Amino acid sequence: MTNNGHPHIQFRNVSAHYGRKEVLRKINFDVPRNSVLGVIGPANSGKTTLLKIINRTLDLVGGARFDGDVLINNESIRAIRDPNALRRRIGMVFPLPVGLPLTIYENVAYAPRRMGISGKAELDEIVERCLRQSVLWDEVKDRLSMLGTRLSGGQQQRLTLARALSLSPEILCLDEFSIAIDPVTTMRIEDVLKELRKNLTIILVTNLVQQARRLADHTLFLWRGDLVEHSPTDLVFSEKPKDQRTYDYVNGVFG
Amino acid sequence: MSAVPNSTMASTNPFAPSDFERTKFRRAAINKWLMLGFCLILVIPLVLILFDIFKKAAPVLSWNYLWDNPVNKGKEGGLWAPLIGTFYLVIGSLVFVAPVGILAGIYLNEYAKEGWINRIISITVTSLAGVPSIVHGLFGLGAFVLVMLPQFNRFFADPTDSSTRWQAGLLTASLTIAVMNLPVVVTSTREALGAVPQAFREACWNLGASRWQTIRTIVLPNSFSGILTGIILVVSRAAGETAPILFTGATFFKFIADEGWDKVFPYSLKEPFMAMSMHLNIISNQVSQMPESMKYGCAAVLIALILTVNSVAIVLRVWLRGRKRW
Amino acid sequence: MNPAPLSSAGVGVEKRPAASPVERTISVPLKVRRSRSLFRSLIGFTDRLETPIEWIIRICGWSSIIGIFAIFVFIFKEAAPLVPRLDWVHFFTSSRWIPSPGTGNAPSFGALALLVGTFSVTFISLILAVPIGLGAAVYISEFAKGKVKETLKIVIELLAAIPSIVWGFIGLMVLGPIIKSIFSATPGSWWSHTMVVLHLASADTGAAQGTNLLTGGIILALMSVPVIVSLSEDALRAVPDSFREAALALGANPWETVRKVLFPAARNGLLAACMLGMGRAVGETMAVLLATGHNNRIPAALTDPVRTITATIAAEMGETSFGDDHYRVLFVLGIVLFVITCAINVAGDLIVKGVKKANKV
Repeated sequence: MTNNGHPHIQFRNVSAHYGRKEVLRKINFDVPRNSVLGVIGPANSGKTTLLKIINRTLDLVGGARFDGDVLINNESIRAIRDPNALRRRIGMVFPLPVGLPLTIYENVAYAPRRMGISGKAELDEIVERCLRQSVLWDEVKDRLSMLGTRLSGGQQQRLTLARALSLSPEILCLDEFSIAIDPVTTMRIEDVLKELRKNLTIILVTNLVQQARRLADHTLFLWRGDLVEHSPTDLVFSEKPKDQRTYDYVNGVFG
Repeated sequence: MSAVPNSTMASTNPFAPSDFERTKFRRAAINKWLMLGFCLILVIPLVLILFDIFKKAAPVLSWNYLWDNPVNKGKEGGLWAPLIGTFYLVIGSLVFVAPVGILAGIYLNEYAKEGWINRIISITVTSLAGVPSIVHGLFGLGAFVLVMLPQFNRFFADPTDSSTRWQAGLLTASLTIAVMNLPVVVTSTREALGAVPQAFREACWNLGASRWQTIRTIVLPNSFSGILTGIILVVSRAAGETAPILFTGATFFKFIADEGWDKVFPYSLKEPFMAMSMHLNIISNQVSQMPESMKYGCAAVLIALILTVNSVAIVLRVWLRGRKRW
Repeated sequence: MNPAPLSSAGVGVEKRPAASPVERTISVPLKVRRSRSLFRSLIGFTDRLETPIEWIIRICGWSSIIGIFAIFVFIFKEAAPLVPRLDWVHFFTSSRWIPSPGTGNAPSFGALALLVGTFSVTFISLILAVPIGLGAAVYISEFAKGKVKETLKIVIELLAAIPSIVWGFIGLMVLGPIIKSIFSATPGSWWSHTMVVLHLASADTGAAQGTNLLTGGIILALMSVPVIVSLSEDALRAVPDSFREAALALGANPWETVRKVLFPAARNGLLAACMLGMGRAVGETMAVLLATGHNNRIPAALTDPVRTITATIAAEMGETSFGDDHYRVLFVLGIVLFVITCAINVAGDLIVKGVKKANKV
């Protein structure tokens, strides 16, 4: 599905509210295809809400709504009748590792099965591909029938990544994926992301500013619901980013 | 250090209790034993009573007692007809209450978790649980026997022909017991579903699974044990309740076959049936010259039945607690 | 999403073939791609099934609302023809309960004896059940450990499971004779006179029958205790351990902790437990039917037989014919009973909610 030059993801005047509280104000930005967008900012800036808007999981939060629109491949996500179809095109990784109470094999095969894929050969292939991509295959290939919840935190996070990749999404979103896992696993996943970005558009929300510096092509700085800056990473981490607040945050003046 | 001067004996130890403190300790110990005594007041007489019942029932207890039909108004023979009747009553009420109750619990915990509708339904569930059993019996009479059955008779049978006419029987009694036990199933389903961590649901939603798919594949299979406990409680209550079936279908006088297929399937939905609780009710008090051992025998069998069912529930709960999957 | 050509080499997304001119004009680019028609039909099938499934779930969710509403409606429907004709003052103040007199005589619907019977039996049962229940709950919650605690909790649970008819049987066959022999006396003896004076036996017989107010009260107490114990235990468990630790640090022994710290802290939960136990006692039918005897007079002594509202409904319904006044007045009694138990349960519920508000300090 070519898009004739449009950016992959476009945010148009997006505002979000939880009840009466406004958490995002008039956010506008584009994300080009096959790049990594780092989203940084202190807590409660609306970073997670941003991700929830993209795959419309915000609809599932009681009392939450968003105004404005998000275009993916130039199609509005509001116009989609079935949000689940949208969610299948977007992979999501959460802060806390979650292994579903199924076998490791079934964990990764969960989404394909819900899509109707039931052939053993196909599922085997998907499971192996995704586990290899998330650098978990070598550790678990002999025990695919073990319960996913019995893995360690780092392994469960890689399992979550494998699940997210199981339907070959075009967008991968990660929400502070490294806060609950050890540094070694973090580095390994970062290496994976560097590989994946050749074929996927990745949005990486992180509270580790240096992680955005390592991985992101562009960086977005959100502060208390406002988009303070959206620039190439080099500019954000240089001596003179577009906004002074960016410089202050990146250098730890406030956080 | 004590404020009250010690006796000379303990004067060397500054931490020794004073007289005041010693009295307090003694009173505390007495009270503790008193409360233990309260516990024992409950347990010991009950054990003695059960012992007494089974002892007096011993002369009639045998396998034939369970397999034979009652004879001569229950003064001789066995308990087969009421036993099989209770069995069908339990199944009948489960057929109605299990699907409705489980789906209602799913609605409350998965689809309508917050908001006014949740509060209203919770209130009605609690109210329904507090309705006395005889009022349920009156409801069953007024709704199922007096309103539903005539409609059935109008459309499905000839009201003047007594062989095809729908009477107060297994169907109406099952419906009444089902309504009575709805809160049990709803509450146990809700608790079982609530024990499944929300993180699992969110993981599934983010993979593009719909609400129902998530429930079907992750939430329900992992709530199975809690729901099963609720179902077993319903079995126990349906077997023991008398008041709701007094006017909605249970009877004392019903002759069923002594052998053959009709012995195992003796009751139809449209006719009155015998039940253990009703049987015990009548033979305790309302049949003259009833041998004591027959009365005790019926009570003993009913108690054994109920305690077995409840013990199964307890064992199931303990066993499944050790088999957690997360 | 493209599920079909998954035999893709390499990492990440497989290459998407360019959209055909037809597809470009169809604005459904983010839906499931047309791949194998078999899969599509399978998915389509489950999708189509999901909406009716969710509607069924929604309807079942409303089932308890429908249920409680239906109970109101149908009981009122049967009682309604009598309600305007009933002399309500007489109903609540007279103890002449003669609903089916012989031909030619006017029936009297005086329910006072029934109301007094219900409340006196409940009262006796509460006097016994509340101290025992609270004491047992305190013991189980604070003093019992490990296996003893588990065993006691299981015993209480099994006690709760014993059905009403069995308790009635116990009251009639086991407890009744015991009570009778305790309070028996030859008429005219000094023991008989003492008992009458102390209201332990009625003046008519000078001795006691087996099935009476006391027997019924004891049986109801044994039935209410498990409710009180389990709810009180929950209430005590809800008190944070920091309270106990603070009391311990101040030098209190366990009993003092219970009396001075835990009881006040769990006060509302304990009160609610007792109210719900009372609700159970008021609504009990078969146990009181068998254990309290057949007398429709206001009891004068502890060992007089009584009748409760519940037992009256259960016993007399079989003697009525559909539609006559006796039949309808039993439904009126049902309404009265329903209102009483609702009031008790609502009060208990409100008290528990009061706990939650008060604890939001």
